[in-house]
Amino acid sequence: MQLTVWTYEGPPHVGAMRVATAMEGLHYVLHAPQGDTYADLLFTMIERRSKRPPVTYTTFQARDLGSDTAGLFKTAAREAYERFQPQAMIVGASCTAELLQDDPGGLARAIGLPVPVIPLELPSYQKKENWGAAETFYQLVRAFAGSAAPRPDAVSGAREPGVRPSCNILGPTALGFRHRDDVREIAALLDRLGIEVNVIAPMGATPADLVRLGEADFNVVLYPEIADVAAQWLKRTFKQPLVKTVPIGVGATRDFINEVAEVANVDPAPTLDDAPSRLPWYSRSVDSTYLTGKRVFIFGDATHALAAARVASEELGFEVAGLGTYSREFARDVRQAASSYGIEALITEDYLEVEARVAELQPELILGTQMERHIAKRLGIPCAVISAPTHVQDYPARTSPQMGFEGANVLFDTWVHPLMMGLEEHLLGMFREDFEFRDEAAPSHLGTSHKAAEIKVEAPVAVASEAAVADAGASWDPDAEQELRKIPFFVRGKARRNTERFACEQGVAVITVETLYDAKAHFGR
Amino acid sequence: MNCLTAPAPVERGAALEERAVLRERGQHEVFCGLTGIIWLHRKIQDAFFLVVGSRTCAHLIQSAAGVMIFAEPRFGTAIIEERDLAGLADMNAELDRAVTSLLERRPEIKILFLVGSCPSEVIKLDLSRAAARLSETCSPDVRVFSYSGSGIETTFTQGEDACLAALVPALPQEPVAAEASLMVVGALPDVVEDQFRRLFDALGVGPVGFLPPRQSGALPAVGPQTRFLLAQPFLDTTARTLEKRGASPITAPFPMGAEGTTAWLLAAAELWGVSRERFEDVTAPGRERAKRALQRHRERLAGKRVFFFPDSQLEIPLARFLARELEMELVEVGTPYLRQDHMAPELALLPPDVVVSEGQHVDKQIERCREARPDLVVCGLGLANPFEAEGITTKWSIELVFSPIHGYEQAGDLAELFARPLDRRSRLEV
Repeated sequence: MQLTVWTYEGPPHVGAMRVATAMEGLHYVLHAPQGDTYADLLFTMIERRSKRPPVTYTTFQARDLGSDTAGLFKTAAREAYERFQPQAMIVGASCTAELLQDDPGGLARAIGLPVPVIPLELPSYQKKENWGAAETFYQLVRAFAGSAAPRPDAVSGAREPGVRPSCNILGPTALGFRHRDDVREIAALLDRLGIEVNVIAPMGATPADLVRLGEADFNVVLYPEIADVAAQWLKRTFKQPLVKTVPIGVGATRDFINEVAEVANVDPAPTLDDAPSRLPWYSRSVDSTYLTGKRVFIFGDATHALAAARVASEELGFEVAGLGTYSREFARDVRQAASSYGIEALITEDYLEVEARVAELQPELILGTQMERHIAKRLGIPCAVISAPTHVQDYPARTSPQMGFEGANVLFDTWVHPLMMGLEEHLLGMFREDFEFRDEAAPSHLGTSHKAAEIKVEAPVAVASEAAVADAGASWDPDAEQELRKIPFFVRGKARRNTERFACEQGVAVITVETLYDAKAHFGR
Repeated sequence: MNCLTAPAPVERGAALEERAVLRERGQHEVFCGLTGIIWLHRKIQDAFFLVVGSRTCAHLIQSAAGVMIFAEPRFGTAIIEERDLAGLADMNAELDRAVTSLLERRPEIKILFLVGSCPSEVIKLDLSRAAARLSETCSPDVRVFSYSGSGIETTFTQGEDACLAALVPALPQEPVAAEASLMVVGALPDVVEDQFRRLFDALGVGPVGFLPPRQSGALPAVGPQTRFLLAQPFLDTTARTLEKRGASPITAPFPMGAEGTTAWLLAAAELWGVSRERFEDVTAPGRERAKRALQRHRERLAGKRVFFFPDSQLEIPLARFLARELEMELVEVGTPYLRQDHMAPELALLPPDVVVSEGQHVDKQIERCREARPDLVVCGLGLANPFEAEGITTKWSIELVFSPIHGYEQAGDLAELFARPLDRRSRLEV
């Protein structure tokens, strides 16, 4: 048993719902008790979808357990077909129904529906949401594209002259973090490269569209958590190369263009020369100097966390102080990236562990999920959301991609916005005793409501320092403590930590004002 | 409302007959009982709710709780994993371990609820035995209770019923020569609880206790001298459990709207022998304020047709309020389940031509609703936006559970919750 307060991912059948809801002409019959319909509101409320997800729940009750839950399933499946007339159906069990072992796949076969029915085996007690989405997409791709798979001896013909190369865009689902806008941005980018988009899936695709997947020259995987398994199968089956660079940030977008150009045999130069991102100039403009070396903590799904780390370090000049993910399937990639930043990756789905790490590291900016936004609020640290799990505000009315050149502009704006502006930071440092500069003062452009939500940063710092004191045996002289308070609150945690580390290394028992400034000189940027 | 007698039923002579009900079976678009934790963990400030269930349970509570996260919540989930099911781990040992680490982390917790879920019920994990075992090891610091919030047994607000029923055996016994006392049953917002306490004090009704209390140390005593009033319409198990401990129920409509509040207070006042004059004096200011507050909204709501999807079990009292105090027309009143005896005082006040439906086949109900083209649909979060997209105005019902709606002072706010969607729609030009 695992004790959990909040979870980063839902159960695997929610992943299947994300695929089904993204697609057209597909219906999901889920063997599930009353209550599991809560998942509908993720789509209708958080993502503001105007249609109910295409899911029918059997709603079995305690009194059905001894009698005929299988009969309920058959009725629900038959009625769902008649009512919604889908091109195809997927069937499966939620966690409780899995325990009943009613075999939804077998039951659906037995009633002989006139459309393809794909059974899903999603082990709820082992796997989670993203795995469920990946498995569902893979099963769908196999079922539909498989029927069009070439015979082993068939040789794929070379492209006719004058025909544009084509690709599939794989991975976008319902309830994804900015999937809607990323797809639009990347499809436009591919178009500029002279590449035809054959099928986008799951988002907007019908089962009939999946049959045509094999017709593309190659595949672009935007969200490896969801589409990697299916894309690997397509590669094996149709010899379709796979573009794996996730185009988040200017550098990665350029890499993506080069990779696509190579696979598609087109000239990347015009598209690269025309790269319309403002991020490089904004980052070089002198106002951005104050971003230099800002310590940032990054946590999210593997794709977004890895991309954010690269953008933070190479494109905004931040220092990656912490990097982690809840996507265990991609833990190796994240560990590898973290070690390249000289840090140890945090691989966990325990929200409290993430909070403890943030409190310990005292970063100046958090790039995380909606959960880290709560951590940031509690600890009074600026934060921007870069990854699912999401909330309603992560589905903005405007187009706001993370990917491509416009996506890079969005990243610059959303990551820099929560920070203290350059000169304001200096004024706070110089005139700490001004009665209007209080510790909890938020950046002035964020207004007062922001301030009210924040809890003073003192508490977690104190906790962190107690631990440090216990380790080091160093205590603070009252004068030094007083001097420390003159340092602006948003760097005070770091100053305290550094000073204590310095004292520990130097074997200093009592931290004085002198020690404080010695440490400042020692660690000074 | 000027009448001080119990409100006259519309259906003369038919009040005691069973009302014809449309019973349906199919997909239920409702929450399970675990959802009650979202308000219960805030109401009882030293309680912790530990769901023993699956990742789905954890995901449900956090999704339903949505933005209401301000601090580390006093609830969590012990997620059952493959190794527990395969028998590789002793589930009771695992549960003890989870509880121990939880209590170490949260030493201020005085009551722990182990909350059963669909998976824990299906695998027949005996949480009542676990609670008894843990109570022994954790006493006297922490008392451990158990109840089921599973979707196979409970619907949404029934989770509160199960929780309160689990507390009843732990209520202190009233002293032998106790005077008559009143217990108000059902979680109410603190502000509403205080209003009711002031009214009962002014009437001379009491002493008054509330279940659940704000702190576990304030559990009200119970015994043969205890009379209880249900403040919520979904507490029939708690009521039966209280009766087993000798308490007797006071039958009344529920205190939604001015009429319901008057009838509810009057039922207790009559039992305490409060004079009509005194009752009139004490309740007049509240009734007057409610009347004025409702007047504004009646202009917008009167004659409008409303359709209730089943959700919180509050549907019948709310429909009664909308029909009788705001002159709205009821098309269908859906309720997740119906105990006719328990709901009799309310059913007697509903207009005779209203379709009352129990259970749900959501697709068929949506069809009926589209056909009826009501002016306002009261439904859950999964249905609201799709209806709005079709041009049908909705009121999402969960807000009715999360807002102070009881009593005189909230009657206007309650009406406003129904008026606002119509107001909004009339303002938007795009």
